[in-house]
Amino acid sequence: MSKLVATAIAVVATAAAAVVAAAEPPAGAAACSGCHPASPRVLSPVPRLAGVDQAAIVRALLEFRSGQRPATVMDRIAKGFTDDEIRALAAWFATRP
Amino acid sequence: MKASRRAFIKVGVAATAAAALRPVRTFAQGAAARVVVVGGGFAGASCARALRQAAPRVTVTLVEANPTFTACPFSNAVIGGLRELHAQRFTYERVAGDGIMVARALATGVDAQARSVTLADGARLPYDRLVLAPGIDIRWGALPGYDEAAAAQMPHAWRAGEQTLLLRRQLEAMDDGGLVVISAPANPFRCPPGPYERASLIAHYLKTRKPRSKLVILDAKDAFSKQRLFQAAWAELYPGLLEWVPLSRGGNVTSVDASTRTLVTDFGRHQAKVANVIPPQKAGRIAEAAGVADRTGWCPIDPVTFESKLQAGIHVIVDAAIAGAMPKSAFAANSQAKTCAAAVARLLTGAVPSTPKLINTCYSLVAPDYGISVAGVYQPSGGQLAEVPGSGGVSPADAPRATRAAEAVLAEAWFRTITAEVFG
Repeated sequence: MSKLVATAIAVVATAAAAVVAAAEPPAGAAACSGCHPASPRVLSPVPRLAGVDQAAIVRALLEFRSGQRPATVMDRIAKGFTDDEIRALAAWFATRP
Repeated sequence: MKASRRAFIKVGVAATAAAALRPVRTFAQGAAARVVVVGGGFAGASCARALRQAAPRVTVTLVEANPTFTACPFSNAVIGGLRELHAQRFTYERVAGDGIMVARALATGVDAQARSVTLADGARLPYDRLVLAPGIDIRWGALPGYDEAAAAQMPHAWRAGEQTLLLRRQLEAMDDGGLVVISAPANPFRCPPGPYERASLIAHYLKTRKPRSKLVILDAKDAFSKQRLFQAAWAELYPGLLEWVPLSRGGNVTSVDASTRTLVTDFGRHQAKVANVIPPQKAGRIAEAAGVADRTGWCPIDPVTFESKLQAGIHVIVDAAIAGAMPKSAFAANSQAKTCAAAVARLLTGAVPSTPKLINTCYSLVAPDYGISVAGVYQPSGGQLAEVPGSGGVSPADAPRATRAAEAVLAEAWFRTITAEVFG
């Protein structure tokens, strides 16, 4: 229950921060497009993130971080992000066009 | 003479005081802010475009002398005969299409007080904030015997283009059984794993085309990026062909003689058939002219905004900057450029920049189907960009060949993605 509340607060806080910053990407988000194509025209085995379900991104990053999900580099990168940062990243990409 | 000099100093002091008293211009209402970005590589082009997106009202000018950009990542594959140089070339059409003014000119000076950039033709570009992304310059003269004329005999190929092709042609012209020597510089320099990827792909060329040849890396260091992975792969793929000579075993090149392609170390002389001298480097020339480079030749910056610690209003990104633990790579360029653009957008409206988190991922090819990587996550800490504890690292030492093959595919996908992101 308290975890749910914390999540809700984090989501609200993230949303508020997004409004204040006029849709500025959260910490770390700008770097992802180095490998995850922003453009649908780019041919890559690395998936695009724009519009991907928020919960799916959170789950993927948490599993990469814990080592549950097989990875080449994403395990090493996910270890650099906190739970809150992961949620903010997921919320950001889920709403990208 | 004396009087006029004193008068000049007085005027100078007055001007400085006025600048200090002048309120910081912000652009929340009305007036369009002007940002000039110098350098159209991965860093500069990415920063200009990100700024345009973050702050559409800002007038962004990108100053770049070359009509096309020639990418360094994957240029080692060109040297090794696996790729053609045209695949490395990108134009600024799409950058200009974003509404960025692309000034094809050489920036020769910066007046940090007046806030203007001087171009080679004498024109001045006023700015509210300046971003310098000039990449590297060769520190000519730091290695005795290695000057611009010597580079025509012993190419550095550390800025992609004609130098890349020159090194490739020399390898193609060499008879089987020849000695190829690469000299690798001390830290810091552009692309830390680059010399070793290059050695790998030249070794691949020699193994498949000129198998009686030999490759020696003379290194000014005792350790290098992804070292264990490279060395394990070399032992597996290129045994007896590739030799790495570290500093402690006489690897430090102290002078070169271009006329005989000789590299001299404290321990001996190496006469090469083909010599690739990767020389000591420094921040691109404009950094010195702008007064943002320190005695090391590189530019100290604030890790949140990338603003110079030496000159207000000037930001320095990537290769030219002292970015703490972050390497000088194209991935880092895109990451730093966007972080800097977000900070500049905020500073222009008087807002406080948010604390960034940056990522680097860097692939190296040891063979066409054998890739390895290093990744890192960085954040400001103690006035520097530091690695987030527990994050990052290199590919596993015990990964199967399928993983190496997958990373080679990912390396190429990365290049397609990042070049589309920055220039497409």
